[in-house]
Amino acid sequence: MEAVISKFESADQRTAPQRTGVTVRAREGRLYHGLLTAAALVAPAILVLFVGVLVYGAWPSIRAFGLSFLTSSVWEPHPEREQYGALPFIVGTLISAVLALCLAAPFGIAVATFLNEVLTSRWRSAARFLIEVLATIPSVVYGLWGIFVLAPWVSNTLQPVLARSLGFLPIFGPPYEPRNMLCAVLILAIMVLPIIVSISLEAIRAVPASYREAALGLGATRWEMIRVAVWPACGSAFAGGCILALGRALGETMAVTMVIGNGRRISPSLFAASDTVASTIANQFAEAPSDLFTAALIEMALLLFLVTLAVNVLARWIIRPSLPGAGGRS
Amino acid sequence: MKLNITIPRPAVTADPCAGDSEIVISGLDAGFGGHQVLKSISLTLPQRTITAVMGPSGCGKSTLIRCINRLHEEVPGAWVRGAIRLGGVNLYDPSLDPVQLRRRIGMVFQRPNPFPTFSIYDNVAVGLRLNGIRKRSVLDERVELSLRRAALWDEVKDRLEKPGTSLSGGQQQRLCIARALAVSPEVLLLDEPCSALDPVATERIEQLLVDLQRDYTLVMVTHNIQQAARVAGRSIFLLSGELIEQGPTSELFTNPRDLRTESFISGRFG
Repeated sequence: MEAVISKFESADQRTAPQRTGVTVRAREGRLYHGLLTAAALVAPAILVLFVGVLVYGAWPSIRAFGLSFLTSSVWEPHPEREQYGALPFIVGTLISAVLALCLAAPFGIAVATFLNEVLTSRWRSAARFLIEVLATIPSVVYGLWGIFVLAPWVSNTLQPVLARSLGFLPIFGPPYEPRNMLCAVLILAIMVLPIIVSISLEAIRAVPASYREAALGLGATRWEMIRVAVWPACGSAFAGGCILALGRALGETMAVTMVIGNGRRISPSLFAASDTVASTIANQFAEAPSDLFTAALIEMALLLFLVTLAVNVLARWIIRPSLPGAGGRS
Repeated sequence: MKLNITIPRPAVTADPCAGDSEIVISGLDAGFGGHQVLKSISLTLPQRTITAVMGPSGCGKSTLIRCINRLHEEVPGAWVRGAIRLGGVNLYDPSLDPVQLRRRIGMVFQRPNPFPTFSIYDNVAVGLRLNGIRKRSVLDERVELSLRRAALWDEVKDRLEKPGTSLSGGQQQRLCIARALAVSPEVLLLDEPCSALDPVATERIEQLLVDLQRDYTLVMVTHNIQQAARVAGRSIFLLSGELIEQGPTSELFTNPRDLRTESFISGRFG
């Protein structure tokens, strides 16, 4: 290279400024590279730091109770016989989230199917916008609506009907309390609906036209086409959407805290006041009477954090390869 | 090369004595919104014959066969005018349910499209199940028969429960043919069935189609002039949505009446 350039004097003059230019630009490049790397490292670092701080804060409780923290139902802040077990809150969290999903998943998939298969594209985008707006409503607004509209409706209308007809089932039996698990389930179902509708709709839209035409060509009705060609192709995307929604429901705090009644116990009845991990933390951190109490709350936070993290990772892992593509191998 | 010399019937016959699964198209216009794809097509597709539909891209070949099983109208904005008769019955009669009609007219698509989550068995059985057949012994029998007809049975009989998409491209296309045959249609429409396949797989499918014409009316869209010459007893040449020429393949190829047919066949465009 040097030899070639030295044959041409003018070329030599041209390369001189160009070389310094290259070094300046190389230095600039290294600077940007460094800045971007640092920025990219901050996010995972915050995550690691977060876990570290939570583990550190929870340590007294982890040391004092070990695994019995997960299996005990005693929540006793009295200074002389202090003891904490999170089982009722863990059970409450699981029940509220799973039941909410059981309501929201079939409904959400049905809504997504309706939007894509029945509505024209103009109505579809309008309806989709409205449903996605549901996801932007602050959760405290849901909570207020829950207290003033949903909870009275549940205890005045729904509960008498269910108690009369199905009251022999423990889940619809007493105690009947004004704010209860069922309110939390219903409000969570509404809150996770947009996630399920969005992801299901994307999956349904991605089903190749060739699958639909294959079904129609065999003499399938529209409904049979959906059942044979559309839904099966979306199976794993539906599952991923549901798990993402589950992650949201497990951690939802404000709205649940406002309507669940803070019962601190395990009850078979949906009409009993209950608690979730998130609602307990939100309700009790301000009045923490001792260091061990604080550590127990932090341990619950750690638990919730790890579970929702795992659920979200799982959901993303399921959704990623599953959106139906061009139609397998050919 | 197999040639079936048939005398073309006048295009407008609708007499009930016409062949059971002969297709008579008269004055067919079709399109999407303001765009007219087919312009007053009239022709006869005789039964137990392979008819090749040829023409350059965008000439309306696919639209023509998609009008025969009324799949064209499933696309938003699509419209059709005119009449298509199958065995004397107008397929566009308002009292006729297109869903019922499609059970008499099978279709095979350009790319193999087995249902991805279904096993080989379920892919063939799906049309029977849609028809309400639940009995396992009947299903088993029909699935085997259809796979045999599609010349696939020997290759898949030991792995019927494997996903349909685990097969090679050519096998997938034969699976799709078996799926279409399972509901015992009278007509089989094929939309460039070999365009996504390699020459060996193409040859197998062509051989299969030649065998199938004993029992079915086959209409095959093809881009490939040699393929039409190899398998089709009759050929149709479309250009810009108009029917330019139709007749026995041998005649069309050796003695085309229209200069445009000749240019297309000799490879000057298309």
